[in-house]
Amino acid sequence: MEPLLAIVVGVLFSTAIYLMMQRNLIRIVIGVIILSNAVNLLIFTLGRLTRASAPLIPYGQNVPLEDIANPLPQALVLTAIVIGFGLFAFALVLTYRTYKEIGTKPVKEG
Amino acid sequence: MDHLLTLPVIIPLLTGALGFLFYKNGTAQRWIGLAGTVALLIASILLLVDVWSNGIQAEQFGNWPAPFGISFVADLLSSIMITISGVMGFVVAVYAVADIDKTREKFGFYPLYHILLMGINGTFLTGDIFNMYVWFEVMLISSFVLLALGNSKAQLDGAVKYVIINLVGSAIFLMGIGFLYGLTGTLNMAELSVRLNEVDNAGLVTTVSMFFMVSFGIKAAVFPLFFWLPASYHTPPVAISAIFAGMLTKVGVYTLIRAFTLLFTQEVAYTHHIILWISGLTMLIGVLGAAAQSEVRRILSFHIISQIGYMIMGLALYTPLALIGSVFYIVHHIIVKTNLFLVGGLARKLTGSYELKKMGGLYRYYPWLTLIYAALEIDSYWIAGVALLVGLLTLFSMTKIWMAAFWTPLPGYENDTTGAGFNKISRRDMFLLVFPIVTLATLTIIIGLYPEPFYELSLKAAEDLLDPTNYINAVLGK
Repeated sequence: MEPLLAIVVGVLFSTAIYLMMQRNLIRIVIGVIILSNAVNLLIFTLGRLTRASAPLIPYGQNVPLEDIANPLPQALVLTAIVIGFGLFAFALVLTYRTYKEIGTKPVKEG
Repeated sequence: MDHLLTLPVIIPLLTGALGFLFYKNGTAQRWIGLAGTVALLIASILLLVDVWSNGIQAEQFGNWPAPFGISFVADLLSSIMITISGVMGFVVAVYAVADIDKTREKFGFYPLYHILLMGINGTFLTGDIFNMYVWFEVMLISSFVLLALGNSKAQLDGAVKYVIINLVGSAIFLMGIGFLYGLTGTLNMAELSVRLNEVDNAGLVTTVSMFFMVSFGIKAAVFPLFFWLPASYHTPPVAISAIFAGMLTKVGVYTLIRAFTLLFTQEVAYTHHIILWISGLTMLIGVLGAAAQSEVRRILSFHIISQIGYMIMGLALYTPLALIGSVFYIVHHIIVKTNLFLVGGLARKLTGSYELKKMGGLYRYYPWLTLIYAALEIDSYWIAGVALLVGLLTLFSMTKIWMAAFWTPLPGYENDTTGAGFNKISRRDMFLLVFPIVTLATLTIIIGLYPEPFYELSLKAAEDLLDPTNYINAVLGK
């Protein structure tokens, strides 16, 4: 699983970077969104993948009996998704306002 | 008090939340905001005194013991930064009463300002690398809104650049955190400091450290990642510019210092050598940029970049004396730079422009303001002693502001002797604008004439930075 996800992360990164190098503002924003999702997937992969075993400890035990999926990266990714969601909502509104105020011109330099 | 450590975060959180309850009621928000900054200032000074007398303080949230829960840690560097942010928070809030217009006030300037302070203080206090990311985001989102608040064209244009570059920076930061966790299985910075030395593949640790260097470098605006700063810092009202100029880039510097003294000290010869080059180029490019500008806030923005270079250079040299210099200079720089923006804002209110060509005559009619500017300018002589070429270049553009804004007569009023060319400012506003400037100038002079206690503080802070054992023991409770 890990190699496959690593390749997916790589593809997402290259897509994001390609989009961010465009001059169209909305493409840049979409590029950043893809970048952030690539990072989320990366964290998820780096937490090591274990299939089909929920991180639950049976009643009466102090430690899990078998290898379980690591819950921490999932919590991290969840936090990052929520934060990212808020930021991108803001970024999109800002892009829209900028488009309304300044017009359709591509990103200005300087 | 037991929970002193959490107060610098809780006070602005409560103040901000309370302020939002009075949405669209500018007066209530203003009073709540001002009261909050006073409380924050007191709490931060108490924290500094506590850390100074009792050593590094640590607190574990939810009583989960340290590396499992989230820790808050205050060593001397953190508490110095907290205190200085308390001072800045207070004086800039006073200045903002006269500077921020009624519309911006109504739409939540003060609550946002407090959320910004909360993010800054959280970053200084946290002992958990992922938690630091979260505080960073709190700080960023409020700074985004403050930057765009008011919706003028220039602001939107600046905000877009600022938002995009910071989102990319955060993504890189998060990537670094992911790799750190993959390598060590922990997020607690004290635990990381121990575990990173035990990682088999040392080269990988250095590679991961580069993620942090780039993302913190973006926040700190070092060469070659500084372009967003002069493109955005001059667009909002000057009170917002001033707190950004004083605190935000310094959060980046703080995290760089934290990461490269506590976490990544495996290959100092390699990593800190890179930082050395970066800092040198940052110093130079900043002053060269400033020399080409003719707008007060833009000149000052480029100076920030150059001065970030000095702070980072202390980290790059990685010796006790160099780090003392860094810590001392950060404190000094925050006070002076914020004040320069405030003086610039007042000059704009009097002359009606930030453009050097349209300013003038301040020396003749407002000699006391000149005196303060002169005191701040002497500070750049101070820097000239540190690095001759860069210092002289800084001096060059500081003198340019001096000549244009203070010495030469106001354009269009060359033969006037009544001061008719200046805008009138009511007595109340004048007091509110001048009080912060005088307070900060007094602080600068105190530090300049009586540096001994500040030097002692920086010395202790630098010792703790170079030998993180105390930090680790305080957090892990050994």
